[in-house]
Amino acid sequence: MSVEAGRTPGQTHRTSYDAETHARLTADSDLIVARYPQARSALLPMLHLVQSEDGYVSPRGIAFCASHLGLTTAEVSAVATFYTQYKRHPNGDYTVGVCINTLCAVMGGDAIWEDLSDSLGIGHDETTDDGRITLERIECNAACDYAPVVMVNWEFFDNQTPDSAREIVETIAAGQPVAPTRGADTVCSFKEMSRVLAGFDDGRAHEGVGGGVPTLRGVELARAESWTAPPFEASGTAAAPAGGAPQVGGEQSSAQRPTTTAGDVSPSGERKKQTSDDAKES
Amino acid sequence: MATTLTPVLTDTWDADRSWTLATYEGAGGYKGLRRALGMQAADVVTMVKDSGLRGRGGAGFPTGMKWGFLPAPDGGPRYLVVNADESEPGTCKDIPLMMASPQHLIEGMIITSYAIGCDHAFLYVRGEVLHVYRRLLNAIQEARAAGYLGTDILGSGYNLEITLHSGAGAYICGEETALLDSLEGLRGQPRLKPPFPAVAGLYARPTVVNNVESIASVPGIVVGGSDWFKSMGTERSTGHGLFSLSGHVTRPGQYEAPLGITLRELLDMAGGVREGHELKFWTPGGSSTPIFTAEHLDIPLDYESVAAAGSMLGTRALQIFDETTSVVRAVTRWTEFYKHESCGKCTPCREGTYWLAQVLQRLEAGQGTSADIDLLLDLCDNILGRAFCALGDGATSPITSAVQYFRDEFEAGTHTAADVLFPPERSSLFTYTPRQTGVLAGVHA
Repeated sequence: MSVEAGRTPGQTHRTSYDAETHARLTADSDLIVARYPQARSALLPMLHLVQSEDGYVSPRGIAFCASHLGLTTAEVSAVATFYTQYKRHPNGDYTVGVCINTLCAVMGGDAIWEDLSDSLGIGHDETTDDGRITLERIECNAACDYAPVVMVNWEFFDNQTPDSAREIVETIAAGQPVAPTRGADTVCSFKEMSRVLAGFDDGRAHEGVGGGVPTLRGVELARAESWTAPPFEASGTAAAPAGGAPQVGGEQSSAQRPTTTAGDVSPSGERKKQTSDDAKES
Repeated sequence: MATTLTPVLTDTWDADRSWTLATYEGAGGYKGLRRALGMQAADVVTMVKDSGLRGRGGAGFPTGMKWGFLPAPDGGPRYLVVNADESEPGTCKDIPLMMASPQHLIEGMIITSYAIGCDHAFLYVRGEVLHVYRRLLNAIQEARAAGYLGTDILGSGYNLEITLHSGAGAYICGEETALLDSLEGLRGQPRLKPPFPAVAGLYARPTVVNNVESIASVPGIVVGGSDWFKSMGTERSTGHGLFSLSGHVTRPGQYEAPLGITLRELLDMAGGVREGHELKFWTPGGSSTPIFTAEHLDIPLDYESVAAAGSMLGTRALQIFDETTSVVRAVTRWTEFYKHESCGKCTPCREGTYWLAQVLQRLEAGQGTSADIDLLLDLCDNILGRAFCALGDGATSPITSAVQYFRDEFEAGTHTAADVLFPPERSSLFTYTPRQTGVLAGVHA
């Protein structure tokens, strides 16, 4: 394995993998390529695979992808630099991302960011000296009903405050595991996460909850109010529920009151009513 | 209350181990697939067309019609690609769906693939949701073990493989042609249309690209029938949809209701705007849809009514902001997002979003000039309709609508900083003392 100088003075990087690592990455890459009709589609998962080995998209990782897929290193670099999850320098063991998109920012994300950045002494896309934590300002991560949100290695830490967020990073810095609000029982390392995103199962899908409180609010309200969608039985294609028709307003009933109009009984009746209502309005 | 919730997709979410195949089957899952496999593929397409289902990813294009655009089979491959790259600010419906009940999506993918004659489907999920990726991978494995995927599915002779594919952090990949380029191993930049994906999509083959919630809605339509689906919603905006309430609301969350429900009704269910405060502005469908105000509380949230009121239903991402929130701060932050996510392919968006962010940042700092509002509107005018894809158009929506409803706040930006007019600690959900009053918090470099 050879070593050459990097662009930054004093920095070096390895230019190739040892034979054993190369063979292992090749076998994994063959599995990735086999998922697609065309080999180049394997590039994004292969870049995740490289990160699972090196903790970032390393020059030797780029060379490996290029060689495996018959591309130039320039073509691979062009792709790797387009996507924010591909890191251009060694990442910390844990990426701590604070959502600073509008909604989370307004709900307190900006305050959490300021606090974490101050206490860790690093800014966006910077890593602590011990290599434990890389801090990121992240965009909307589709958990707005849990704002403000912090992600650690892309697991959800919901409804955060500056205190709770600081506790997370202090726990990580102390070498202790942290547990997301919705996700696996503990957060895995950046490299382990990258391997999952490359498509290699870590067997942890059954850990954690199906949904947090906000996720379930609608369905739980519907249960409490005995609201349901119209039953499939209306179309005559599904079996009647056991125990006969539900009581009005009761379990499995979509009706809140006894039927009074055609629209209460059948969808076509409802449409007729709707049409006539529309006509009255226009 | 006139409208009530209609849990269909959410109906299994509160079950124990809701994400497992066993739970899904116990709740009637995979009845739709069995029924579909006994039908002619064309009849499944017709059924979805008749249901009136429209794309739940934002644009609202009729799903069945999209399937119908595929050219006649020529013996070569045809693809289904599911867009699970949910990244629109405010949008948070597909991720919880896939976390809580991924089999809804997998069954929908199998039925849809059967309907369009596809034997290899792709599921493109954003890379920043690790546990959702695990749940999807597990769901595919469970479906395969049960004989719902692979060869000769349920003895029908039909074969299908699903490939799960992780993105790597790029909002633009939610644009369907950028998603296809990304799936082909390229930078995720949108393609010129036509040709549309239906004609030349993935690997230049006929391709259907649909949103997660659209596809997850298909099994219900197949079981219940198109009339069942149309019994919910309005005449032209049929069916159920996930409405995601977030922000300054007492009980934020996912509320599955018929299209046409109003924000007033949803807020009633969610306990209203947080105590002691009142609604100032909100987005009907993510940050790319023009904002609304309290005067729009009674607009039916269906495609037509929201459009008639000057916005878009989008993804039903209802971000609620109360009177403590600076609209200039909110819009500036969204604009920084578009600037960050602009793929750089076309000039109006690449340059325009940078200009917009610069002008807005000085208005937020109270250092704007008297010409800045006109400059903003002029920039928007030069982006809207001239950008390569909808990202550029979306970037202008919050700005033009915010200036329309809150022009005085932008005018105040010529002399007073937004965090002086609207101290951010009043908007926050927790109490804290800002350390850097008067200084812009967290502007992108």
